[in-house]
Amino acid sequence: MAKFQISRRKFLTAGSLGLSGIALSGCDAFDSGLGIGGGLRSFLENANGLTYRAQRFLAGRDALAPEFTEADIRQPQRPNGVTAPDDDTYKGLLANNFADWRLEVTGLVEKPLSLTREQLQNMPSRTQITRHDCVEGWSCIAKWTGTPLSLVLDQAVVKPQARYVMFHCLDTIEQSLSGNIKYYGTIDLVDARHPQTILAYGLNGKPLPVENGAPLRVRVERQLGYKMPKYIYKIELVDSFATVGGGRGGYWEDNGYDWYGGI
Amino acid sequence: METVARGQPAAETDAAPKDATLIYRQSRWTRLTHWLWALSLFFMLLSGLQIFNARPQLYIGKQSGFEFNNTILQIGAENTANGPRGFTEIFGHRFDTTGVLGWSGPPGQETPRAFPSWATIPSYYDLGTARVVHFFFAWILTATLLVWLIAGLINGHIRRDLAPRLSDLRKLPRDIVDHAKLKFHHTREYNTLQKMAYGGVLFVALPLMIVTGLAMSPSMDSVLPWLNEFLGGRQTARTIHFTVMVLLVLFFIVHILMILAAGPINELRSIITGWYRTDPPAKHDQPTERSV
Repeated sequence: MAKFQISRRKFLTAGSLGLSGIALSGCDAFDSGLGIGGGLRSFLENANGLTYRAQRFLAGRDALAPEFTEADIRQPQRPNGVTAPDDDTYKGLLANNFADWRLEVTGLVEKPLSLTREQLQNMPSRTQITRHDCVEGWSCIAKWTGTPLSLVLDQAVVKPQARYVMFHCLDTIEQSLSGNIKYYGTIDLVDARHPQTILAYGLNGKPLPVENGAPLRVRVERQLGYKMPKYIYKIELVDSFATVGGGRGGYWEDNGYDWYGGI
Repeated sequence: METVARGQPAAETDAAPKDATLIYRQSRWTRLTHWLWALSLFFMLLSGLQIFNARPQLYIGKQSGFEFNNTILQIGAENTANGPRGFTEIFGHRFDTTGVLGWSGPPGQETPRAFPSWATIPSYYDLGTARVVHFFFAWILTATLLVWLIAGLINGHIRRDLAPRLSDLRKLPRDIVDHAKLKFHHTREYNTLQKMAYGGVLFVALPLMIVTGLAMSPSMDSVLPWLNEFLGGRQTARTIHFTVMVLLVLFFIVHILMILAAGPINELRSIITGWYRTDPPAKHDQPTERSV
């Protein structure tokens, strides 16, 4: 008799533990509080701010991402996101091998610039073999050549109130009811002036291919791939995210990714 | 109150009244940190599986092989003569895992997804949100581990209850036999297998999760460039992260089974209130006569 009671108690406890597990793992109720702007999500996002401050404290301004050797380049750089922009403007520029393409540097700068490919490529360059880490989880090692962004910023003379560098891109990433959304993103001036942050026009010793962002994409080696826009035509210095898309600092950020992509 | 109760285990008093078998076994630090771990590991597991779903492959080395093969695990879906099927491929061995891994969902509404909807947070595909949840609880988990470590060193929990002793090694064969027979001794001390399991989780598995998690961060990679080299590359670090996750899930399953087998009410009470019913002292000298 006593034995029966114990096993029944065990059975009930096991059953209730199992049931609550199933109820919890469904988590449909949890889903609803997690939308962008939701209270629960905003609370949880505080941890991202903590991560940003902790990593900035540890990495500082100049800690370099690891660089690799030629032997580590074992495959072409895997493209992601838009790989063949269907935009007429882009296709027109591509047809002319980007002879009419210009990099505009505008916003909070003393001397707005309009640079041709040749002008950019005649500036001092940096070549680095680095590992591209995608937010999805994969990595790919490639050799990038480009103009340090800091040189371009120095030439344009950044105004003191500027806080972020915004990249305007030529590729449509999303077609919405209010029109086509072209890719955009921001980084802060610490990353913009980082020695490995380059405006890349070369990949693995060749001109940057279309699928990887021709004619120009940025490399921000201490962050994930979504922080490195491709098909750039304009760099704008801004003091807040107010004028940047939906206000969270970038296209993917407006769709739920954190602005800081260092982890 | 706590220290008095802990300092005088009921088993040591002779001619103990019936209630002397009730001892204060788990300090408030142990209980608090236990439940914070339970909470954060629950959310980290489910959000982690969602993150994995964004790239349901594991590789060995610095990078992911797209033009060469260094994939050791892949979960995916494929079209067959019998319609879409889910598969899991481990070290080249392919298993049909339709309904759970690769291809799952309510009947008629199946979708290609590595881990099924019921195992992920959010239940729908949302990498960004999963990362928010994952990193929030990563901070909670790490802070809890630090608090536990400090408290456990100060109040003696780690030295007294977890540190392995020579006698533990001697007891090990007997302990394994007892566990296999589901024969449990309810004492103040952890048995050898418990020490190994708890110590393994707290001093090996969780620190390894934190370290391999940090190794995947490109920013931390600039701070600790030797870490990825030590671990065998970022993709190996990711594979270790996943493997230790599987080990933690196995630990959880065994942990729950042991609690159910050893007496769930008593075990749960001790990790909620701290009070634990030990075996009557008379039986301590004759462990062979004890029943479950």
